[in-house]
Amino acid sequence: MNLLDTLKSIEPDKKKSPFLHTLYDGFFTFAYAPNSVAKGGTHIKDGIDLKRTMVLVVLAMQLCYLFGTINIGHQHFAALGLYPGFVQGLHLKLAYGLVKIIPIFVVTHVVGLGIEFWYAAKKGHAIEEGFLVSGALIPLIMPPDIPLLWLALAVAFAVIIGKEAFGGTGMNILNIALLARVFIFFAYPTTISGDEVWVAGLSTPAAGAAVEYGAIFTGFFNPLFETLGFTSLFNPSATVVDGYTAATPLSLAYQGGWENVTRVYSESQMWWGAIPGSIGESCKPLILAGAAILIATGIGSWRIMLSCFVGAAVMAMLLNVWDATPFMSVPWYYQFWMGSFFFAMAFMATDPVTAASTNRGKIIYGFLIGFVGMIIRVLNPAYPEGWMLAILFMNVFAPLIDHYVLEANINRRMKRAKVVA
Amino acid sequence: MKNSFLYTFLVALFLLTSNDAFAADSASGSSILNLALWGTAILIIFFLIIQVSDNLIRIEAKESGLDAEQQQQLSVVPTGGGLFRKKVPEYVKSGSFHSLKAGHNIKLEGKAEETLKAVNVTTFALQPQNFVGISPIPKVTVAVGDEVQAGDIICFDKKRPDIKYVAPVSGEIVAVNRGAKRSIKEIVILADKEIKYKSFTLVDLATASREDLVSFLMESGAWTLIRQRPFHIVPDAADVPKGIFISTFDTAPLAPNLDFVVKGKGIAFQKGLDVLAKLTSGAVHLGLNANGDAAPSAIFTGATGVHKHWFQGKHPAGNVGIQIHHVSPIAGNDKVWTLGVQEVITIGTLFLEGKYDASRVVAITGAEMNDPAYVSTHLGANVGDLVGALEGNVRLISGDVLSGKEKSKEEFLDFEADQVTTIKEGDDYEMFGWLAPTAARPSVSQTFLSGLMDITYEANTNTHGEKRAFVVTGQYEKVLPMDIYPQHLMKAILVNDFEKMEGLGINELIEEDVALCEFACTSKQPLQQILRTGLEVMREQA
Repeated sequence: MNLLDTLKSIEPDKKKSPFLHTLYDGFFTFAYAPNSVAKGGTHIKDGIDLKRTMVLVVLAMQLCYLFGTINIGHQHFAALGLYPGFVQGLHLKLAYGLVKIIPIFVVTHVVGLGIEFWYAAKKGHAIEEGFLVSGALIPLIMPPDIPLLWLALAVAFAVIIGKEAFGGTGMNILNIALLARVFIFFAYPTTISGDEVWVAGLSTPAAGAAVEYGAIFTGFFNPLFETLGFTSLFNPSATVVDGYTAATPLSLAYQGGWENVTRVYSESQMWWGAIPGSIGESCKPLILAGAAILIATGIGSWRIMLSCFVGAAVMAMLLNVWDATPFMSVPWYYQFWMGSFFFAMAFMATDPVTAASTNRGKIIYGFLIGFVGMIIRVLNPAYPEGWMLAILFMNVFAPLIDHYVLEANINRRMKRAKVVA
Repeated sequence: MKNSFLYTFLVALFLLTSNDAFAADSASGSSILNLALWGTAILIIFFLIIQVSDNLIRIEAKESGLDAEQQQQLSVVPTGGGLFRKKVPEYVKSGSFHSLKAGHNIKLEGKAEETLKAVNVTTFALQPQNFVGISPIPKVTVAVGDEVQAGDIICFDKKRPDIKYVAPVSGEIVAVNRGAKRSIKEIVILADKEIKYKSFTLVDLATASREDLVSFLMESGAWTLIRQRPFHIVPDAADVPKGIFISTFDTAPLAPNLDFVVKGKGIAFQKGLDVLAKLTSGAVHLGLNANGDAAPSAIFTGATGVHKHWFQGKHPAGNVGIQIHHVSPIAGNDKVWTLGVQEVITIGTLFLEGKYDASRVVAITGAEMNDPAYVSTHLGANVGDLVGALEGNVRLISGDVLSGKEKSKEEFLDFEADQVTTIKEGDDYEMFGWLAPTAARPSVSQTFLSGLMDITYEANTNTHGEKRAFVVTGQYEKVLPMDIYPQHLMKAILVNDFEKMEGLGINELIEEDVALCEFACTSKQPLQQILRTGLEVMREQA
């Protein structure tokens, strides 16, 4: 008996235990492409399906995951004044990052997929792949110290209210990952704004504050690293160094423009992402590599990405001209050095379900995201970054944009009819 | 000259924007931005040097008396047009030229070799359900055991009794098979060895009125060869089309080469065109293939009394619906007629020789055939006889893999089919098939490495995934060269919004036009079926 037969023989009954059957079906179709054949329409079908599409997006952001994990540790040790080089103490940084990111990843998926499976069983349809991408995005846009209960609540809110209430994958109006973040943003504003939240493991970034390492660091990793022969270990008596600030470039720019930012962070630091921030948003080259994968495979819309960039650039230039506050006078191209613009552009704005669906509409949609997001970033002191709100805002307007694009198409056709008649 | 201005402008722009950056950089030292700007500057300078030397070459060329084209060949820099726009082939001398960007050619194994092979087909059938909108049980005027001649009336639709359906071959009626709900599925004829034709009195084209022609076509059964858009139905006698469109090439996977099919039938083809020209208030439009290195058959390019339109592009550029859209789109209550090349030849022969000659050259294709080639047979030939003995789990298709119909060996070629395709059934499980496919498979998407290579695929019928809601956008537009939003049209059909369906152009489409979209669909949505539902709704409304 081969593996396939073994797997087939344990298939639960659909009537008796629908949940188990849905679960089984989900994992079975994950392991084996089904044997269904084309009926009634085309006799051959394209090799691509939704699973492949979604997984390619997830693969495109793996580099961000890797970098984000190390950067959690890097920022943590930067606060303590230890291991200033990015690859110094890499094992400690990686271990520290993993301890932070794995629970976030697991909670996101257990809650999100759990709800998906439950709804799939209840509605009697197959498990759809939508959460693969949302679930991979959510950890990347959270602060590393996010309380897991709040994360669970946010994910549940996003999946139930944002998606299942509208009918599941492909039906949602708002971007699921951003909905989870916006839930945290408005429900627990202090958790996701201010200067303290972006660096893990510090109760306060004030000089002299002590770090607290849990038993996993002192009891598991330290002995492990010792046996492996490392000399640098987690040091429970380390304290935050003098003059340390956990402020993000954006808040620095808001206070004193580009000069204020460069006093703390160098340009290459910001470009390569060794700065505090959400887990996956900081390293620009790796995000752009992901964007390149999406464009090369045709999965992410280059129209949205390009017009989004142009929109942000145009608005930043206009603000340069206005030049009323220090933030406005930050040269337009340096706006892209700070914040999470590229991540939002590559992975959030291009979500095909919530974006405009016509090609012309995509250009307008992307442009307005860039335009509005830059306004929110620079002009509104209450929000640390503009893209989340700009994208959600444009998600709501995407159907309207499409409506006018379609109306134009209909009018062209009607005009032809009039000329004929 | 124009180029030089552009470069000057670019350099000026670069200097203007970089000024600021250099000022900022001098304070903070080198940076990525700095490097990027230097890189760009070096590239531009390099480009300028090449451009200047290129211009020098051109000046030299001009002085030695070469013409513009030869100068271009000497140049090191390709022109923008040379890079991005395909050239109009030299053989395109008259008529309009359309270059279509959207589309995709699916390359499958088993292309028919251009030879006629002999097969012995014994039974032929007329299948009333091939005609869209015919009532399920048309009146069959013959009984089992009757002898008929090719061109004898064998059935008509009680709703439109003036349209006569005739026997494609002579012989004995051996069966009237019924399908679901007692509908007439097929009227089977055991063909004579030598086809006997019913003889019609020849009509003189020069003197006959349109009414005479129409009633002659109806009586002889040739009327049923004509299709009307919208809806792809046999037209009403009273309808006068604003144009008649004929595509002289087929871009579908493994489709027959019509240049080969039409060989030796030039006179009949031209006669058919002359007849059609009398039936329309507008003109007869011929869609010609501009993809090949050589010009298409002289029978097509030399046809007279027609408007010629050249099309260059991938599938579905050869679909007549796409061609109509670019020549004279269907608007309002417009009606246009379409015919296949072999149908035109049948009409031509009717007016030349007074007989209904439904002979067809059919391409037998597909990776499962040992010797894919063409056969000369008649309309409605038995599929099993055409393909011969085939082993294994094989699907037989009347037509191409995109819009053809699945047939068993006992069934018959559809009315408009000029092709049989054989492909493997794909009813196997494949481990992690969605992630790492074991065999190369055709795909419109750019997510498979095999897409980078020039491969002919041995496709199977596996769906490669399960049906999902519409998620991905913009992928249909990539393969449909029309000013139409297919996904929004499909959604309008699903919610039964008539006005939107009409506005978004449902009347311009039939199934074969969206077939490639259905192939490409990530969500495996049955677009052809959805479109037909919409067309039926529209037809009831009209």
